[in-house]
Amino acid sequence: MKMKSLMLGLLMSVSAVATVQAADLQIVLGDTGTGLQFLQGQVERYMAANPEDKVTIVPMPSSTSDQFGQYKLWLAAGNTDIDVYTTDVIWAPQLADHLTDLTEATKDIIGGYFPAIVESQTANGKLVALPSFTDAPALYYRKDLLEKYGKSVPKTWDELAATAKEIQDGERAAGNKDMWGFVWQGNAYEGLTCDALEWVKSSGGGQIVEPDGTISINNEKAAAAIDRAKGWVGTISPEGVLAYGEEESRGVWQLGNAVFMRNWPYAYGLGNGADSAVKDKFDVTTLPVGAEGDAPAATLGGWNLAVSKYSPDQDAAIRLVKFLSSPEEQKLRAIEQTNLPTLVATYDDPDVAAKAPIIPLWKDVFLNAVPRPSGPTGLKYNEVSSLFWSAVHDTLSGNGTGAENLELLEAKLTELKGDAW
Amino acid sequence: MTAEATAGTVVRTQPQIKSELMKSRVAAAMWFLVPMLVALAIVAGWPLLRTIYFSLTNTSLNDLYGGDFVGFKNYLSWTTLKSGRTVFSGLLVDPAWWNAVGNTLRFAVISVTLETVIGMIVALVLNAEFKGRGIVRAAILIPWAIPTIVSAKMWSWMLNDQFGIINDLFLSLGIISQKVAWTATADTAMTAVLIVDIWKTTPFMALLILAGLQMVPKDVYEAAKIDGVHPVKVFFKVTLPLVRPAVMVAVIFRLLDAMRIFDLIYVLTPNSKATKTMSVISRENLFDFDKFAYGSAQSTLLFLMIAVMTGLYIWLGKVRFDGGDR
Repeated sequence: MKMKSLMLGLLMSVSAVATVQAADLQIVLGDTGTGLQFLQGQVERYMAANPEDKVTIVPMPSSTSDQFGQYKLWLAAGNTDIDVYTTDVIWAPQLADHLTDLTEATKDIIGGYFPAIVESQTANGKLVALPSFTDAPALYYRKDLLEKYGKSVPKTWDELAATAKEIQDGERAAGNKDMWGFVWQGNAYEGLTCDALEWVKSSGGGQIVEPDGTISINNEKAAAAIDRAKGWVGTISPEGVLAYGEEESRGVWQLGNAVFMRNWPYAYGLGNGADSAVKDKFDVTTLPVGAEGDAPAATLGGWNLAVSKYSPDQDAAIRLVKFLSSPEEQKLRAIEQTNLPTLVATYDDPDVAAKAPIIPLWKDVFLNAVPRPSGPTGLKYNEVSSLFWSAVHDTLSGNGTGAENLELLEAKLTELKGDAW
Repeated sequence: MTAEATAGTVVRTQPQIKSELMKSRVAAAMWFLVPMLVALAIVAGWPLLRTIYFSLTNTSLNDLYGGDFVGFKNYLSWTTLKSGRTVFSGLLVDPAWWNAVGNTLRFAVISVTLETVIGMIVALVLNAEFKGRGIVRAAILIPWAIPTIVSAKMWSWMLNDQFGIINDLFLSLGIISQKVAWTATADTAMTAVLIVDIWKTTPFMALLILAGLQMVPKDVYEAAKIDGVHPVKVFFKVTLPLVRPAVMVAVIFRLLDAMRIFDLIYVLTPNSKATKTMSVISRENLFDFDKFAYGSAQSTLLFLMIAVMTGLYIWLGKVRFDGGDR
């Protein structure tokens, strides 16, 4: 039995070696919605243009935290199977050692990208990934329901809560028992860091760790912002929101069971799909603020394409990365996926404006984008983020108040920081 | 003299023949065992030693071969401040770790206890003669045959607060008045994990106990029946003592399994303090955070705890793995 499986294993590894060819590329992708189908189409277009290359997509879970653990493990082991990684905007400094420097290969095209995004993908002077699309969340609202109840689009979080409550109660009384006011991402993962950073930043509570490395999270405004969100759980948001990621909240929203949703641009195209209950019934705006006078905040997201240092087909992998981020592909991505382009010119493209009017509109949201503290905290970012989302998740589940948990968080962050990040 | 000598040789050769036979048998057995021992050393021994070594270094996942030896610093270290106060740090004083230990122990004890009791009941039912027993026996194994990751995902959709069938069912039956977020709330998350684990592993327990039940000789029951002993008394005085060895072995297998629970919790519940177990927290440190050595220390401690628990259990429970009782 043992011998048999051993032989089988040997046989399989031999055949695996035999099938590796010069330009057999593997690209990993963990995406939400229809991202995978879209990439499949892109890859087919690439293979039509480059018939000598064969590209296989390796699908990954949609949780960014899950993906990161797996990628880090593969890269640490020097895995040669995966050639191209799709990387989150926050990973650049943490994975830099294992990724190919793209500076030389992209010097003729890099000028067309938003400088701020290119900057975020540069670690120690090395361009580690080519931006494929950027991301900034917005507030999705049901314009039909706001109209029905004579409400205007909320400008502050408190207005949002009041409007959500009123419409939710009204709709429930009218027979829709499953109606909720506001859905967002409350599971204990990277997504909660994004959501909570927006509450805190838009209430004037700083951005957890400031660009100069100061730990600023323990302040009254931040605590009040998180306590406010705690008040939503069970009233305007289902208790289950504490286990929701992007897709769970989109599920509730797209069934027509929520008045407001905080989500990334990808949900726009999907919400207007043929099978969606909210087709043509919703719109998007910038996320609310804490009080009048505060600036709105949207966590800067976005995905990039990186080439593994351990890939045996460097040239082909770089060719694929450049193809996937090219102006034509970004334009198609903007139209079909409502993903925000990383090329400045695509925003002014008349086709994009005609077929995806949301993209030029999103420029407002994008201009308010706030980065997560992945720059100043470097290799320790993941732990910082995890400590932050745990403190927030504890508060939301009623395990201590915002002020208590943030005080504890500050102590932990200070210990983690040590002498310097 | 000669006679004596001859007798002596005879006496001496007898065990010699035996021991030679034994020797060649032992040697043959050794050769049969070698492939397995080598395989075990490669897939279990070496990684274990590596993990223990890593736990004594400051290795980072970014540079696996560049760590320096730091002794037991990951486990416990202390610095004395200028004010004279001593501050401890390290795994042994880490509240997050002890919280995970508590979660794991709670999970292991409750799940194994319930699985044993329910498994025993199922085994007793299956031990009775009835039509279609073979099919029922095979059918009951299905939850055990489904990979944990699949059943965890399946249950996470069933337990989903908005689209889940459990909420729908309970609502229409009037058991609950509003949708419950089973896996999200801290109070119910552990219960949800326990329910799924019990659903999944009770069949395993039941089958091991059933195997024990079938070894109980029928005449004992007949004798009890003739003496008119109450069935409940028969269970506690006859059945239970006789299947005890089988139950003890089944419990230890489950206990080892439960102590390293990972997949179910990772898939089913949010990554919160309420359900984080030792395996979950060590994986987090190993791969998510830049604390490979610290995660290795946690894995090592997990290994030691399981080893000690198993040792104690075998010693206190007088378990023998050959099916007999001491």
